[in-house]
Amino acid sequence: MLRAEGVWFRYERGRPWVLTGVDLGIEAGEVVGLCGPSGGGKSTLGRLLAGHLRPDRGRVTVDGAVPRSRRAPNPVQLVLQQPERAVDPRWTVRRALAATGAELDGLDERLVHPGWLDRYPHEISGGELQRVNLARALLVRPRYLVADEISASLDAVTQARIWTLLLEHCREAGIGVLAISHDRPLLETVAGRVLDRSPVPDAAG
Amino acid sequence: MTGTLLEVRGLEIDFVQYERGLRRRTVHALTGMDLTAGAGEVVALVGASGAGKSLLAHAVLGLLPPNAVERGDVLLDGVALDAAGRRRHAGRGMTLLPQATGFLDPLAPVGRQVRRSAQLAGHADPRRAAAEALQRRGLGSEVLRRYPHELSGGMARRVLVAMATLSSPRVLLADEPTTGLPPEDVRTTLRELRAMADDGCAVVLITHELRAALEVADRVVIVRDGRTVDTAVPAAFTGDGEALTHPFTRALWQALPGNGFRVAEGV
Repeated sequence: MLRAEGVWFRYERGRPWVLTGVDLGIEAGEVVGLCGPSGGGKSTLGRLLAGHLRPDRGRVTVDGAVPRSRRAPNPVQLVLQQPERAVDPRWTVRRALAATGAELDGLDERLVHPGWLDRYPHEISGGELQRVNLARALLVRPRYLVADEISASLDAVTQARIWTLLLEHCREAGIGVLAISHDRPLLETVAGRVLDRSPVPDAAG
Repeated sequence: MTGTLLEVRGLEIDFVQYERGLRRRTVHALTGMDLTAGAGEVVALVGASGAGKSLLAHAVLGLLPPNAVERGDVLLDGVALDAAGRRRHAGRGMTLLPQATGFLDPLAPVGRQVRRSAQLAGHADPRRAAAEALQRRGLGSEVLRRYPHELSGGMARRVLVAMATLSSPRVLLADEPTTGLPPEDVRTTLRELRAMADDGCAVVLITHELRAALEVADRVVIVRDGRTVDTAVPAAFTGDGEALTHPFTRALWQALPGNGFRVAEGV
C-alpha cells in the first residue's frame, strides 16, 4: 500500500503551508482519482508521493517503509502533463527509454510503435510522446503510478487510447494509480473512487 | 450568415527545412484548411493534437517564419490578403489570444505589459484602461507589479484575455484559452468570448475541450492532420452521436469520458 501519513509541506520556510497533515492510502491495483481546483496542492502531493519532494512533517511509505534506495528506481513513478518537458530533446526515443536501465525487448508495441524509437521527441506528436513517457515509467516496473493531468493537452480520442492502455497495464501488473485531474468526468470513468482536494487555508500551521 | 469577417479557403502551409548541409526537405503542415467566421459568431476549431490548429491561427495573422510557403486564400471582409497584408491587421482589428503564458514578457511587470496593450489599442488613459481590464477579471492592483512567473496559470491566462480584449478586435483568434483551468474559470472565459461575439466580434475558439466548446459555439469545425474534415452544429453532439456524419467527429464524441470513452480503431 502507498500511504501518505500526516504529510505537511511548504516550498520555503515562512511561506504558507501547501499541505497540512494529508493522509491518503492507495492499495495495489487500485485506481484513485484526485480532483480539485488549481492551487489546492494536488501536484505537490503527487511529487511528494513519487519522492521528488520530501515532506516537512509526516512520511510517505510503500508497504510500510519509506523508499530510500538510490540505486533502484523509486517504486512510485510520476508521469506529468507535458511530455516534451519530461524528455531530453536531444535524445532519441530509444535513448530516453534505455536510460531507465531496463531491456527494451519487453516494450509494448501498442504503447510505443517500433518506428518511433530512432526519432527525436519533436518528430512524433504530443500524444505519441506521452505514450513514450508512460512506457518509460512502466519500464522500471513501478508498484505505483502518479498520473498528473497526463491527458489534459490531448484530444479526446488520444486521451481515451492512452488511458485504456495505462489501465490495462496497471491491471495486469497490479500497479496502483493516483490519477490527478481537473476533469471530474474523466476521473469518474477511470478511477474506482475520487477524492476532492480543496485549497488549504493560508494561516494554517 | 451575414457579414463574414474571416474566410479561409483551402489553406496549405509547407515548411522548407535544411537537414544536413544543403539537403532540403519539405514538411506539409497544413494540407487544406477551411474556415469561415462571421460577425456575432463563435466558431470552435476542434481536433486531434498536432492537427495544425495553432498553426492556422498564426498563419491567418501572417506571423509564420520566412521558411513557410502558403497556398490557398485568406479573406478579411471579403478581400483576399497575402501574409504581409494580414500582418498589418494583426493587433489592429484582428487579435490573437495566445495559447502559452510564455507569450508574456518574462522580464517586464504585468502592469507595464497590459498598459502597453492599452496604449497600442489607442486608449486615452492606458493606465486606467489596463487597471480596469484586470479588475474586471478579478485581478487587483497588486498584480500590476508582479512578474509573469509570480502568477498562477489561471491568473496569467486572465491577463492574456485582458490584453487581447483591450483592442476590441473584430476578429479574435483564441488559441486554447482554457487549457488546465478549473471548470468555473473555463466557463467564465468562454462566457466572455461569447459576450464578445454577441457584441459583433467574430471569435475563433481553438480548443480540444469539445464539451465546453459546445456550450458557446455556433458551429464546430473539426480538423485532423492539417485539414478540415467536418463542420457540425453543437446540437448534433448528442446521444451516441447518431447525428454526426463524419466518422472522426463521431469518434471524438464517443471517446469523451461519459460517452463511453471508446477508442475507435481505424479512424
